[in-house]
Amino acid sequence: MQKIYDDADAALDGLLRDDMLIAAGGFGLCGIPELLLAAIERSKVGGLTFASNNAGVDDFGIGILLASRQVKKMMSSYVGENAEFMRQFIEGELEVEFNPQGTLAERMRAGGAGIAGFYTKTGVGTQIAEGKETKEFDGETYVLERGIKADLAIVKAWKADETGNLVFRKTARNFNVPAAMCGKTCVVEVEEIVPTGSLDPDQIHLPGVFVHRLIQGEHEKRIEKTTTRKKEEA
Amino acid sequence: MPWEREQMAERAAQELEDGTYVNLGIGIPTLVANYIGDKDITLQSENGMLGMGPFPYEGEEDPDLINAGKQTITELPRTAYFDSATSFAMIRGGKIACAILGAMEVAENGDLANWMIPGKLVKGMGGAMDLVAGVQKVVVVMDHQNKKGESKLLKECTLPLTGTGVVNRIITNLGVLDVVEGGLKIVETAPGVTEEQIREATEATIVN
Repeated sequence: MQKIYDDADAALDGLLRDDMLIAAGGFGLCGIPELLLAAIERSKVGGLTFASNNAGVDDFGIGILLASRQVKKMMSSYVGENAEFMRQFIEGELEVEFNPQGTLAERMRAGGAGIAGFYTKTGVGTQIAEGKETKEFDGETYVLERGIKADLAIVKAWKADETGNLVFRKTARNFNVPAAMCGKTCVVEVEEIVPTGSLDPDQIHLPGVFVHRLIQGEHEKRIEKTTTRKKEEA
Repeated sequence: MPWEREQMAERAAQELEDGTYVNLGIGIPTLVANYIGDKDITLQSENGMLGMGPFPYEGEEDPDLINAGKQTITELPRTAYFDSATSFAMIRGGKIACAILGAMEVAENGDLANWMIPGKLVKGMGGAMDLVAGVQKVVVVMDHQNKKGESKLLKECTLPLTGTGVVNRIITNLGVLDVVEGGLKIVETAPGVTEEQIREATEATIVN
């Protein structure tokens, strides 16, 4: 079982093609697969659809692929931090499918878990539910949402062992777990690959069965909004 | 005198019941955390955290630790982290007692609009649609009128909806109103504001 590759370009070799659907982990700039996104930019592959909660900022994360015009469509819940995104969307150059955040996460989880669709109360009576099947359960209306199966999942974790068992850190876990699950192929970048056997099996956040390729690299881990408080005077 | 932002947040904090799990939205709702006082409240952040702590001290920011507003925060002894699917399982599943959210418009039947202005502002709904569909009580904190002096409490929303019939209570700069059968009911006025002033500032039906 050889999952470890030298770098992001090597790990994506043979996996990228035009017009594919890519699920990406991360929330804002927290826990995004920044090395793999940079490698996709270098590959020049185009017409991409991204299932990703956010769209990065102008010069980081998925934002770099918007700037290079490699993205055709975003499936996202919140995109408010990116001026180039807004320009392309308003001018009709970029297609956007808004998904409620929980619906997007569950669509990924379901797609990866062999669930074709599920009924949720989220979005009933709003434009999100337009054209979708609804059904009454116990006197309440639910809307049918489909699972997402992505051609490729790109994910960032904190640590992995050599078999791809993953551990995330704090709120950087976010969409990385459901995104990893829904990819036909899942490529993961981590800060450290540790020897198999050195992670506590009870503390694995995502088992290696969901992980196909793995790289270790240096991460910038940019902070989007730094908020602090003053130390109280002694 | 109508309430200022901080006073609206302070009033909203009274809505939180001791011993519950709560989600606070972006804007004035975030300020509610400053007025929880002695109550035992666990704050949920929908990007994957229960037990949200205050902002870090300068120099102690952690890029792996942010809230749903993308701000750097800290953890508490009770903190738990989880993925986004689990986060919305607890939201949709009704485990979160209360969500305090901002709004662009609220209708007298409890409809809420707070995620887009067509052609102008397209940021997305984030977790708001899931929150209003799933939590036990939805409290909206908002200005009573827009900058032109027009009521934001309407007979019907004009903007795309976030949820239908989901709002329980509205806290504005003028007072507190509940969504009840037939319209909105004034339950409290800000100091110096009369019920008559609230009626004049409100397009929605006010019921007694």
